[in-house]
Amino acid sequence: MGRYVVRRLGQMVVVLLGATMILFACLFVIPGDPVGSLAGSDKARDPAVIAQLHQRYGLDDPLAVQYGNYIKRLVQGDMGEDFTQRRPVSEILAPKLVNTAKLAVVAIVFDMVIGMLVGVVAALRRYSLLDTVVTLATTIVVGFPTFVIGMLLLNTFAVQLKWVPVIGDPGDPKQIILPALTLALVDAALVARLTRGTMLEILRADYVKTAVAKGVPRRQVLLKHVLRNSVIPVITYIGISFGTLLGGALITEVIFNWDGVGMAMNTAVQQQNNPIIIGVATWGVLIFVLLNLLVDLLYAVLDPRIRLG
Amino acid sequence: MTNLAKVPGQPGEAAGPEGPQSAGAEAAAAATAGSHGAATAEPAVAATKEWREVWHRFATNRLALVGTVLVLLLLATAAFAPLIAPQDPYRQDLMNTLQAPSGSHLFGTDSLGRDQFSRVVYGSRIAVLVGVASIVLTVIIGVALGAVAGYFGRFYDTLVMRVADVFFAFPLLIGSIIIITVTGRGVTPVIIALAVFGWATVARLLRSSVLSTREMDYVHAARALGAGHRRIILRHILPNSIAPVLIYATFNVGTAVVAEASLSFLGVGVSPEVPEWGNMLAVGRGFIGVYDYMWTLPSLAVVLTTLGFIFVGDGLRDALDPKLR
Repeated sequence: MGRYVVRRLGQMVVVLLGATMILFACLFVIPGDPVGSLAGSDKARDPAVIAQLHQRYGLDDPLAVQYGNYIKRLVQGDMGEDFTQRRPVSEILAPKLVNTAKLAVVAIVFDMVIGMLVGVVAALRRYSLLDTVVTLATTIVVGFPTFVIGMLLLNTFAVQLKWVPVIGDPGDPKQIILPALTLALVDAALVARLTRGTMLEILRADYVKTAVAKGVPRRQVLLKHVLRNSVIPVITYIGISFGTLLGGALITEVIFNWDGVGMAMNTAVQQQNNPIIIGVATWGVLIFVLLNLLVDLLYAVLDPRIRLG
Repeated sequence: MTNLAKVPGQPGEAAGPEGPQSAGAEAAAAATAGSHGAATAEPAVAATKEWREVWHRFATNRLALVGTVLVLLLLATAAFAPLIAPQDPYRQDLMNTLQAPSGSHLFGTDSLGRDQFSRVVYGSRIAVLVGVASIVLTVIIGVALGAVAGYFGRFYDTLVMRVADVFFAFPLLIGSIIIITVTGRGVTPVIIALAVFGWATVARLLRSSVLSTREMDYVHAARALGAGHRRIILRHILPNSIAPVLIYATFNVGTAVVAEASLSFLGVGVSPEVPEWGNMLAVGRGFIGVYDYMWTLPSLAVVLTTLGFIFVGDGLRDALDPKLR
């Protein structure tokens, strides 16, 4: 296990180095002078001001030095200053990350609960009307993009039925339901299909037949043997789908005015506030990589074949 | 954004448990079982027969046929857009803005009085262009690198796969936005951005299937007969390991269409005046609950397109590899 963890950590460092290199390169080659808008409008720019700003942001140093400094600062949690408010990016993004994390956690809970429940029920009642409906529904939901689901939910539950306010008090816990559901639905459908498929496979497995044959009660067979083993692929799936969740959060937050990193990125794109864009992307990559590590380690704990193989 | 990368490999019956249909497909599968072993050992001889069986399995799958119809409809709309659209999608008519759907404007008009139906019809062109072009580019990069990694192994494998890991770590939309920040918005940047952050999955898929194909007897035989790397890869390995990539590609045309619409929706895709579904939705979003036709009808176009490719992908997977059902 120890060697596996070390190897996996090494891989993670390589991925992070590569990813930061891409991000840094983008920051560097973005057209236009990054301090341009700070120095005033096109005509009124004072070369002395521009030079001063260049020096403040270290834009005249060699590329390699800038990358080195960038990594050094990144490790210390410093993502630079943004262009519009001249506040530290990490300070701007911190509260937004918390908001997005809340949304993501609730979404994942919805995702797993709905997905696994539906999948288990469909597998246990195979070929019933319910199973057919579930299979068809999950097949169709997968074709619905986040923005369509978001607008449908917003229109149905906020505008038409008025169950939730369209624009409400951000402290109101009800506000999180629709965006979280939007994020969760497609993944829940995939989790349902995954759970159903795995369950059906496990129900046919020899160890389940053995348990049934030796007279273990059905309930216990399902809980101890079937359900436990069908959780493994779902955990892996949730881990991998987290990246998609972050992408989906971008759209969802914009639709529901949720003040998270997605909204921050959207605003930054419109203001060409590059440090924020790069900052959000850095967080996205970091979270994705860490989550994958966590899932892999969890997987290795659950399934000895992985760490020994 | 749905992450369909996981779909092809997952266990389960995506095509649905409809009785008569799956009975037919299973019978076909059983019929193939006999020839399948021979087919893998000597692909050239049994090729025609095998493809006929694949086609049979595909054609007896109802959802796959629905998907095929949807995809053909999309392609036809894109090809004959000028004939189908009643108006110039750019023509503004400021005296007739925000008209509800009617005989003269099938899908109503938008806030600038442009005919929504014509815009949806022309939107299919961007969808097809970006969807197909980005997937073709994704597959070309992914197959080339995946084949090199899987076939040559060792250093090449480590190099390619670690680079793939890096690109894989970027959520598609976030990665694309970064690229577009650098290049500026437009159709070509969107296509490139989607391919740059999409090839890693294809490379992984192909690499793993090359790894198993590489050890097949017919590959060893070809090598023993003196075939070069190039010939072995192109003639023996790729034809026998490309199936998962084809399935993935079909699924992901829909995903690419959605990604492109999402980027335009966020204001970083194609220019806002271009008739494109994401652009229409970005405008329509402001009219939720007031003029719902502004967002529901373009949404329908996106959903039908995605479903079309998903159904075809599902059908293709079941047809190419009945064991995955």
